[in-house]
Amino acid sequence: MTRLESAAELEHFRAGIVAARDPAKPCIAVCAGAACHGLDSARVAQAFRTEVGKLGRDAGLEVRVTGCHGYCEKGPNVVVGPDDVCYFEVKPEDAPEIVASTLKKAVVERLVYAHPDTGERAVHMGEVPFYKHQTRLLIGDNVRIDPMRIDDYLALGGYAALAKALFQMTPDQVLDEVKKANLRGRGGGGFPAGQKWETAKNAPGKDKYVIVNAHEGEPGAFMDRALFTGNPHKVLEGLIIGAYAIGSHRGFIYTRHDSPQLIRHIEQALAQAEEYGLLGENILGSGFDFRVEVHFDVGIFVSGESSALMRSIEGLPPEPRPKYIRTSVAGIWNRPSNLNNVETWANVPQIISRGAEWYAGIGTAGSKGTKLVSLSGNVVNSGVVEVPMGTPLRKIVYDIGGGIPGGKAAKAVHFGGPMGGSIPANLIDAPLDFDELAKLGAPIGAGGLLVMDEDTDMVDVARYFLEFLTNESCGKCVPCREGMRQTLKVLTNITKGKGRDGDIARLEDLNDVTGAACLCALGRTASDPLKSMLRYFKDEYETQIARGSEGKGGKAAGSAAT
Amino acid sequence: MDSANIDQIIEKHRGKPGDLIHVLMEIQHQNHWLPRDVLHQVAAALDIPFSRVLRIATLYKTFSLTPKGRNEVQVCTGISCHLRGANKLLDAVQRVTGIKPGETDANWRYSVDTGSCLGSCSIGPEIIVNGTHHARMTPAKVEDVLKDYQ
Repeated sequence: MTRLESAAELEHFRAGIVAARDPAKPCIAVCAGAACHGLDSARVAQAFRTEVGKLGRDAGLEVRVTGCHGYCEKGPNVVVGPDDVCYFEVKPEDAPEIVASTLKKAVVERLVYAHPDTGERAVHMGEVPFYKHQTRLLIGDNVRIDPMRIDDYLALGGYAALAKALFQMTPDQVLDEVKKANLRGRGGGGFPAGQKWETAKNAPGKDKYVIVNAHEGEPGAFMDRALFTGNPHKVLEGLIIGAYAIGSHRGFIYTRHDSPQLIRHIEQALAQAEEYGLLGENILGSGFDFRVEVHFDVGIFVSGESSALMRSIEGLPPEPRPKYIRTSVAGIWNRPSNLNNVETWANVPQIISRGAEWYAGIGTAGSKGTKLVSLSGNVVNSGVVEVPMGTPLRKIVYDIGGGIPGGKAAKAVHFGGPMGGSIPANLIDAPLDFDELAKLGAPIGAGGLLVMDEDTDMVDVARYFLEFLTNESCGKCVPCREGMRQTLKVLTNITKGKGRDGDIARLEDLNDVTGAACLCALGRTASDPLKSMLRYFKDEYETQIARGSEGKGGKAAGSAAT
Repeated sequence: MDSANIDQIIEKHRGKPGDLIHVLMEIQHQNHWLPRDVLHQVAAALDIPFSRVLRIATLYKTFSLTPKGRNEVQVCTGISCHLRGANKLLDAVQRVTGIKPGETDANWRYSVDTGSCLGSCSIGPEIIVNGTHHARMTPAKVEDVLKDYQ
């Protein structure tokens, strides 16, 4: 492969890939996402390869190992194109039957979706309830892409947005487009990405950096991994466009060390993009240079915080610093460093190629585009969900998620993991919107949506999150280190039936101090789950404390749903 | 792990930003723990004070300063697994192995650890032994799964 030296060469090369492919040729896409992998999808893929191998060279169908399809609950997932026939819970021994049926253009009825109540079957992706209600702009391509092959991404129009940005737009126009689209950061804060880019762009200094935050340490969040592992070039393309807009020539990817598949895909993507001339010196002959290096979190949650993450890249302990000066002005080695989350970067190519107006047409007044959600907890269909902003939570939990298993009632939904909040089931019609949910006390965070059924003990959930953060605090500032420990003590006592009168006031006091005095977002928002529970489930806390004060002891069960 | 192997890892990362972390991570992945003499070797080779090497090695949770057993058993205690009964699973693992998280048994057969959210919430609660996932576990199945790991 020779380097592509211009936008025209890219288009010519793309046309070659597309022409060599027969869109009608069946393709068996085997999911290798985190959950399917855990269910041994590698053996399923191997079985398909063996089976197709038996047919010889003109098999008339191909096998593709892809990233996460989304419906993790029913893995291992197999989707057969071009009509997207979905097979669930596929075992290696099902491969011969699926291959034979596919060649006959038939469907293996026993492996398609059947509604748990009515038994009604759904064969194609667009009919399966889990997929039907989604708008899969970001994750949808996963089914069509082997993450190890850049050609698959190019065949779907990949890097056309980069070419457009480099040759038809000035950096200022790219920045304007992202600002007009009102793309807000997907990592937790919901800060407008364009504004952040502008700060970094205008900050003094020649050397500027752009960073992909792929740390995703929040328990119950797995959508960034699904997107990045399944479609690494989408994120990379967004990053290069961002670097061009900001005027940066060096990028960093910060990710988890414990996901070998993700690391392999990122490294392969970087190598292939460089080989094609889409990364490195003189990208597509435009004169723009940009390089990317990969760094790893080695097991501490706080290193996902922007300033801590930058210390970690420098090779130092990941301790946050006060942000009187933003990291977009003084970050890595005190140079302007623009950090965005995986999903934020992945949104950039489509904003450039389809325009800000199109993008701003999706979502609500304040929250644009679609949002990836990791749906987990007490829900029938857990997995990675993508819906337009503004979608009512009820639709996510019931229409897509299939409701609560075991015929139980929902008690609460929790957003944002250990730094988020819970809202009771009666507020489930609230829209998926940065501002609306923050007002209710359950900020979207990175997008981990946890469903809790009527048996959930809300004191224990708050205790769980706080225990997690207590272990993950870097210990640099006293309010976080000591405040969380004391809060955890009180909560642990309550769950053990040793609650005392005045505990709620003590908790509220501690919340006020940590919320105001901690150095970074980890400490400041550590009390948020507890605050939301004291707002909506106070009676449950009071009941458990009362049991302790009466001296009855024993672990109190959760009270009935509010 | 021999010292030539470690030199090779050091040379691969020398001069990169954060080279110390990259070197320690790769040694940890291959050797499963960081012996003191190895840390001394790294400190000398990268010209970093030993105290700083120790600071990094003790701060990041992935680094282990004690040897691990032949089989590394990880119980996911992320929130979704927690709601689906990870605590009872952990109890069963402790009962079968006789050790607590962070410990290694006297025969070097098992090391047990908890891990917070490994990203495969849909198939929880789960335990991961030497990188192999055992999905949708129940306490009753623990003994059966672990007995195969000698």
